[in-house]
Amino acid sequence: MATGLLFTPCAWSKARTIRIGFNIPLTGDIPKVGEGSKYSAEMLKQKINAAGGLKVGKDTYQLEFIYEDNESKAESATAAAMKLITQDEVLALIGPQASKQAIPAGEICNSFKTPMITPWSTNPQATRDRPYVFRGCFLDPFQGPVVANFATREFKAKKAAVLYDIASDYPKGLAEYFKAAFEKIHGPGSVVAFETFTTKDRDFSAQLTKIIKSGADVLFTPQYYDEVPLIVKQAHELGWKKPIMGSDSWGSAELMKLCGDDCKGLFFSTHYAAAGARGATKEFIDSYKAKYGYIPDDVAALTWDSIRLLLTAIQNTGGLSGKVEKDREAVKNQLARIRDFEGITGKMTFTPEGDPIKCAVIVKINNQGEFEFYESVCP
Amino acid sequence: MEAFFQNLLNALQWGSFYALIALGYTLVYGVLLLINFAHGDIFMVGAYIGFFIATFLLGTYAFRLPVMLPNEVVFVITLVAAMLLTALVGVTIERIAYRPLRRKGASRLYVVITALMAGLILENGNLALLGASRRSFPELLPKSIYTLGGITFSNIKILVIATTVVVFLILELIIHKTRLGMAMRAISYDRMAVPLMGIAADTVIVFTFALGSALAALAGVFFATSYPVLEPYMGALVGWKAFIAAVIGGIGDIRGAFLGGFLLGFIEIFVAAVFPSTLRDLIAFSVLLIFLTIKPTGLFGVARATKI
Repeated sequence: MATGLLFTPCAWSKARTIRIGFNIPLTGDIPKVGEGSKYSAEMLKQKINAAGGLKVGKDTYQLEFIYEDNESKAESATAAAMKLITQDEVLALIGPQASKQAIPAGEICNSFKTPMITPWSTNPQATRDRPYVFRGCFLDPFQGPVVANFATREFKAKKAAVLYDIASDYPKGLAEYFKAAFEKIHGPGSVVAFETFTTKDRDFSAQLTKIIKSGADVLFTPQYYDEVPLIVKQAHELGWKKPIMGSDSWGSAELMKLCGDDCKGLFFSTHYAAAGARGATKEFIDSYKAKYGYIPDDVAALTWDSIRLLLTAIQNTGGLSGKVEKDREAVKNQLARIRDFEGITGKMTFTPEGDPIKCAVIVKINNQGEFEFYESVCP
Repeated sequence: MEAFFQNLLNALQWGSFYALIALGYTLVYGVLLLINFAHGDIFMVGAYIGFFIATFLLGTYAFRLPVMLPNEVVFVITLVAAMLLTALVGVTIERIAYRPLRRKGASRLYVVITALMAGLILENGNLALLGASRRSFPELLPKSIYTLGGITFSNIKILVIATTVVVFLILELIIHKTRLGMAMRAISYDRMAVPLMGIAADTVIVFTFALGSALAALAGVFFATSYPVLEPYMGALVGWKAFIAAVIGGIGDIRGAFLGGFLLGFIEIFVAAVFPSTLRDLIAFSVLLIFLTIKPTGLFGVARATKI
């Protein structure tokens, strides 16, 4: 019966699917990131499949998403990429989200000639010299100066301190770009404390003591949402009263739940601001909130955009051959050609490296604990 | 100089957690010659139990208490209840995992492996039951921050350090001045001869596990108060390091565990304060390794014919 169905052309065409793999952290240090990505993907998939599927050329396809947990570890991310490419034979991959996993997984995707879009990884290395790897967000060489300029203008900061995790690609890269940008404005040595810790650390009192004694005007800490509350609380306990700034890794729905009052009034740079959004962005936020009960964070929005980018590229191929290697190649070529794509996190045009040119947003955490739009910075 | 004293205080707080957990390791080892590798995860269980009791008392769940308790009262109840319930968890593990092996006279290696497995079951059981999401421990104690001669400290810091010292003193009293303490020392000396003297060895062993687990819960609740982000694997790394601290102090001796815990806390904080933090664990454990080479039994340890 099953074999009969397989060989009946009609039934076979009905079951046509496009398979896309997701390499996301469902457990590990940042499970909320994986959850947001998955929810966002499920929402888009249901929307498209309910409307009959995705039309590519003359055929219509149902979407099939496969979620692999990379446990927020580099080695699991490469294993997940390998499994999705070779075993599940997906057409393309979305994720990993954090640079620590996106950089090694990108290497796998590139060598297997499979297109990959990382929605959230801002470290330049993720896409550098990898024609098959793309991203859905801006880069740290752009984000670093945005924060440095903002701190200079807003807080009149002349000396800055940085606290970051040296064992993780994203904070390390961004800390260095911030330092370079800040010292370019205020001269060498104006970053008076450049302190490090290692993933899983819970106590930062020694580093924060040094930062407080250094006389810095602002503290920049590009860490993930599970570390930010600890850093901010300990800084306040040790007597730090000056501003603390963060980066797009702060923008999780979980941050305020963990941080509470300590984080109110702080600023961070990110990809979009949920409070006060308009148009398609508002539509996305409203339907996400109705479905899952909380306001989506930037990872969810960027994942949504990245999947839509990928689907646009698939449609632009004008028809799939059914041979996975050939189709992967066609999708990659179309991705590189996308211009002025209207995403919910802003308009994107791809550079030859596979990086979009798009604006950054500075968000202030207001007294209600919402992420409020403060200003927008474009390249 | 200010920075030095500030870091001294930081180190005392950080060392307190190691010391409290190391005391649990050392108690069980002292009595049974068993390295209870599940101890770090019992610490995690203590923190989670504390979290659930605290949020329950604060009325976060559907069932509310008829009266709203002041936060300080909630904290005390949380601490006591978490210690009692975690003691129960510790005793249960002993009953299910270790006692049958002991009865069968299994080699100590198997008991250690069982302990490792019990720890993994606790971690992954938590992950499976409660999910990977982080939980935020509620702020039960109003935080006040004092500055004295350029040194800043919070009431919580002082509370943690003071409690650790008091707990250590009470433990010293229990071990050296009570009949139960005497029985514990007797079992540690010769487990075979103790039943012949009419001491119920199992009761004493259960008591040891209860005491050690209660201390882990105390550390867990304080840890969650100081670093209020809970996750299923929070006990693993801290647990291993506290075990090392116990060995440095001379495992089996509670003064050793107490000092070893603080010693590790001091080395970690001061290395991070002086060197780039990447070198912290490298230097900390190199120092400890050299220390053990010179004095293999640790600070207070006595050489025994058999050791694991």
